Amino acid sequence: MTLGLAHYLSVAAILFTLGVLGIFLNRKNVIVILMSVELILLAVNLNLVAFSHFLGDLVGQVFALFVLTVAAAEAAIGLAILVAFFRNRGSIAVEDINVMKG
Amino acid sequence: MIQALFFYLFAAVTIASAVMVISSRNPVHSVLFLILAFVNAAGLFMLAGAEFLALLLIVVYVGAVAVLFLFVVMMLDVDFVELRQGFMQYLPIGVLVGLIFLAELLMVAGAWVFAPEATATASAPIPDPAQVSNTLALGQVLYTRYVYFFQVAGLVLLVAMIGAITLTLRHRAAVRRQNISVQVARTRATAIEVKHVEPGRGL
Repeated sequence: MTLGLAHYLSVAAILFTLGVLGIFLNRKNVIVILMSVELILLAVNLNLVAFSHFLGDLVGQVFALFVLTVAAAEAAIGLAILVAFFRNRGSIAVEDINVMKG
Repeated sequence: MIQALFFYLFAAVTIASAVMVISSRNPVHSVLFLILAFVNAAGLFMLAGAEFLALLLIVVYVGAVAVLFLFVVMMLDVDFVELRQGFMQYLPIGVLVGLIFLAELLMVAGAWVFAPEATATASAPIPDPAQVSNTLALGQVLYTRYVYFFQVAGLVLLVAMIGAITLTLRHRAAVRRQNISVQVARTRATAIEVKHVEPGRGL
């Protein structure tokens, strides 16, 4: 049995769904929501690398590199905002973050 | 055959640890399972021939991002049990929506075929791995045709670094700090005071 594109796409699809489900289920915990976003970005990267491999095109890997960069920047900024918010309010529950509600 | 065996091993561990990331009670365990998921995803990348990205995933994600998560989880004094309320309440509808979503995605993935002429039109064909390594091939594309995107990626990281520092930096009024310009600007007149001491009297 040989590995095809469908194998990689299936794994990435499951990983993506688990990431979305994590945002659904842990609606109060910002840290787990950020980790779920990382899982989603990992699934996207897996798709890009799989297409790059089976299409024989290197550009997919270049794009995966840029997605990785943006994911790292997003995690750093998100956690910094979280720390600043915790200092000001003493809580990171999502339903407390409604100061700017219209 | 051995490739398929390793693919299923990496895929199974990745998915199992992803499940543990979103369902674990303790966020520290979530972060550790996230690290396991990233390491096994790096194995999947390696199987797909993206060796440089696989090692980058370990260095950047396991070495930096996951440790950053671990730092923040341990630094914040939060009652995580309270934050888990509503988990069981959202579970049925969440799993239902997730299953429908997954079924749709798998239908797309299972029916995927390449157009016969698609592989011929690759804009940057992967060279033979025996002659040109993956890292070299990636660099030859990244530093020539995508050099502006590479610079912009560097700018994104710079902005993220400055943003993270400005968001978390704070000056406390009570802490005494060194003021170097004041120290350097001291003259003999301000630094030394001559006391005239009479003999035998002391100060």
